[in-house]
Amino acid sequence: MSHDHKQTFITKYIFSQDHKMIAKQYLITGIIMAVIGGFMSMLFRLQLAYPEQKFSIIEAFLGKDGMTPDMYMGLVTIHGTIMVFFVLTAGLSGTFSNLLIPLQIGARDMASGFLNMISYWLFFLSSLLMVISIFVHTGMASAGWTIYPPLSALPQAMSGSGLGMDLWLVSMAIFIAASLLGSLNYIVTILNLRTKGMKMSRLPLTIWAFLITAIIGVVSFPVLLSAALLLIFDRSFGTSFYLSDIFIQGEVLHYQGGSPILFEHLFWFLGHPEVYIILIPALGITSEVISTNSRKPIFGYRAMIGSIIAIAFLSTIVWGHHMFVSGMNPFLGSVFTFTTLLIAIPSAVKAFNYITTLWKGNLQFNPGMLFSIGMVSVFISGGLTGLILGDSALDINVHDTMFVVAHFHLVMGISALLGMFAGVYHWFPKMYGRMMNKNLGYLHFWLTVITAYGVFFPMHFTGLAGLPRRYFNNAAFPLFDDLLHINVVITWFAIAGGIAQLIFLANFFFSIFKGKRAVKNPWRANTLEWTAPVEHFHGNWYGDIPEVHRWPYDYSKVDENGEFWGGQDFTPQTEPIREGEEEF
Amino acid sequence: MKALFFILIFVGIAVAFWQIVKLLGLLKGNQVATEKENNINGWLMLGLMVILYLIMSVSLYKCRWVLLPKLSASLEGEHIDTLFMLTMGLILIIQFILQFVIFYFSFKYRGKDKNYKARFFADSHKLEMFWTIVPTVVLTALIIYGIWTWNMVTDVTNKDQNPIYIELYAKQFQWEARYAGTDNILGDANVRNIKGMNTMGVDMTDKNAADDKTVLKEIHLPKGRKIIFQLRSQDVLHSAYMPHFRAQMNCVPGMKTYMGFTPSVTTEEMRKNEDMVKKMKGITEIRKAKSEKLVASGEDALDPYEFDYLLLCNKICGNSHYNMQMKIVVESEADFNTWLASKKTLAQVLK
Ligand code: HEM
Ligand SMILES: [Cu+2]
Ligand SMILES: [Cu+2]
Repeated sequence: MSHDHKQTFITKYIFSQDHKMIAKQYLITGIIMAVIGGFMSMLFRLQLAYPEQKFSIIEAFLGKDGMTPDMYMGLVTIHGTIMVFFVLTAGLSGTFSNLLIPLQIGARDMASGFLNMISYWLFFLSSLLMVISIFVHTGMASAGWTIYPPLSALPQAMSGSGLGMDLWLVSMAIFIAASLLGSLNYIVTILNLRTKGMKMSRLPLTIWAFLITAIIGVVSFPVLLSAALLLIFDRSFGTSFYLSDIFIQGEVLHYQGGSPILFEHLFWFLGHPEVYIILIPALGITSEVISTNSRKPIFGYRAMIGSIIAIAFLSTIVWGHHMFVSGMNPFLGSVFTFTTLLIAIPSAVKAFNYITTLWKGNLQFNPGMLFSIGMVSVFISGGLTGLILGDSALDINVHDTMFVVAHFHLVMGISALLGMFAGVYHWFPKMYGRMMNKNLGYLHFWLTVITAYGVFFPMHFTGLAGLPRRYFNNAAFPLFDDLLHINVVITWFAIAGGIAQLIFLANFFFSIFKGKRAVKNPWRANTLEWTAPVEHFHGNWYGDIPEVHRWPYDYSKVDENGEFWGGQDFTPQTEPIREGEEEF
Repeated sequence: MKALFFILIFVGIAVAFWQIVKLLGLLKGNQVATEKENNINGWLMLGLMVILYLIMSVSLYKCRWVLLPKLSASLEGEHIDTLFMLTMGLILIIQFILQFVIFYFSFKYRGKDKNYKARFFADSHKLEMFWTIVPTVVLTALIIYGIWTWNMVTDVTNKDQNPIYIELYAKQFQWEARYAGTDNILGDANVRNIKGMNTMGVDMTDKNAADDKTVLKEIHLPKGRKIIFQLRSQDVLHSAYMPHFRAQMNCVPGMKTYMGFTPSVTTEEMRKNEDMVKKMKGITEIRKAKSEKLVASGEDALDPYEFDYLLLCNKICGNSHYNMQMKIVVESEADFNTWLASKKTLAQVLK
């Protein structure tokens, strides 16, 4: 390993092959995308609460026409796409897989630093294209983040399905390539580059989560790529994979024999695993943070791994629950109800295990810990309504309403976002060698959870009242007039929540330069990354890579006299098993 | 340019947060939680629990009248509602208990005492068995009940109930409907036959087509008869959503899809329903207040609200997706027959 080769500015900060630098690049890109996507949600929330009013902020950003129906759908579409793929897939997994895999398994870098660099730059390119697509003259892609054809296939059907859609598809194709390169690298690294003594059964749960996530990614992303390619063919080369018998704007189109339902199957074969690609890393991060800050082993380590694997496996056979009313055979509906509701079992096991980890702990409320607890709470609140949506008979009446929007924001949007914040606060010292300010962290946390609940809890009820999603306004339906005041409350919570994120941004960027310098192991944690020096250099450890002798969760382990082993409440993985000590 | 101005304001707010903390002298010092902070945040956790319960109960309470009336307007929907109430009850109970446990534990075990020793408790097969088996049992019951209901409401092949066949036809951004006529069989159709008055592309060479009747704007349904809808789309995906009947199915170009239900409450009866009366009153008041403002600025007042069943489009379909609807009238079978008899058949219309 050569780690003292000369580095220029460009190889160190831009085309870096060092996993730590790449992790930071992913994080910063993710944060910028989150600011864009989050800001869009503020704009369309204003529209939902005050449909008749003009706002100078909306005109400043959207032009003189302000919020038109096309603009509304465009914003919703790009908001969804950015949040799901660019923030919570690349920004979350990309950051923490890159940062933690080599550091926590004891490797000097990823298996291929070069591929890793390519993966980031492809992601960067796709982000750039996605942002450019917002400014296209005919409008950004606006068929919803699910881009169902024929709407997305025919420029005649809506103006956003022209150049905007082309750019969306190209951007996503590049994104998928980036994600596949990244995932393969993670898998190979975890399987091959573990340090001596780091058995699979001694891996931190974060690494298990990243491994499983990468595997689902490799299994399902190629299917989305093929769905996108076929859509490109239908759009540009006149094929009929998804199109048939269409009469639009006074003429019959030549397409014959295709089926939009095929697209729905292909899309959701990725789309559902995708929500677990988002969620599982967040679950891994919170497991680690909760255990460290409870000064207790994570409860049921093996059950936690088992349930991640079970969730991952089941997640690939439940995609049909998005299609109960798509016109597919009702028998399939029964099958997908069955598999979908089964997921509740491993999810429940995880929730109970988190709660038991808190029990009789010595909870240290660092900002990362607060966000992790918030994540568990939100994950439960959002997950429970899955029992309604996963049950085909009940889904009939709430499918595609605001109830669904409330559900998925809580269970994957907000919960993964809180998990990501937990990770940022917890590993910031590892990334920048400085600490984030804890007081700003506290303020950020309390405002974020309360506003998140304030936004998404009432939203369930607008959905149960029958309000469809992706509606520009409800003026055409007096039936929904009494929902307007709920929408106003939701919007104010959303704006307050948005402003609260400025606290995070200030804390993050100032702390990079002005934060208090970190010590090597600020949270007194057991995992390997905290044995590496604070300063960064390619190769991670001076001298030999440390050896591992135990699992990562020996917190508050006591000997037969009831005293802490070694006099402190944590035992790093590098400590050999002591005499008389039983390995867990 | 104005956008830049707004961006500068946001940056300004962010910088202000940092500067305030700096002025308060909170930047210096240890950035790891102390016992004091553990104590405060522990109490705040309890506070969060209260706030969460508050948000939940206020939402539940305030939204009583806003919700779809608990009364389903179709026989099949009643089974869905029972299953819904059961599931919702279960969810609320679990939610209240689990959230309590999370926040209570967070409060109780806040690290306020330096000498407190956490308990090394890493595994318990008994506990894990317990919380694997309990959800499994509950879910098995839910799955069986759910699938039974699903099979019943999606069954559109049962001819014993003597169903009436109606086609719903979706296009950007309008609904049309076609009744099957005296033979109760819908004639074939394809978008390639669309011409002039034949807006639904019905194949007039099909012998079942001549007596079909097409209608715009509103459809009527007889109370107590099974209705089977055949759904088609002319251009992109749409979704026929009838929330009061607990019915929804997508309209897919190039394909026919089906759904069915038995209306059980006429429009008139629904308007007299107690919940509905409250809801209508609430909405009328809201509209009155809005009308006053409108009139003051020289515009027309809004109509008072009167309840009607609606067919909405619930799949994003373009520019006017948010305004694609049709009125549904449920009435006695006799009234329905009179209404339908007054409509011309396709053969008459196209002559
Ligand atoms: C600042 C907090 C957020 C607010 C206020 C917000 C608000 C909304 C609203 C109101 C909609 C539905 C609009 C409609 O259907 O008419 C929506 C759509 C969506 N949001 Fe968010 N959101 C937020 C954060 C997030 C996050 C963190 C995610 C990440 C998963 C996310 C993912 C989505 C997706 C996937 C859609 C669906 C887009 C579509 O319909 O095509 N949102 N958001
Ligand atoms: Cu899904
Ligand atoms: Cu529509």
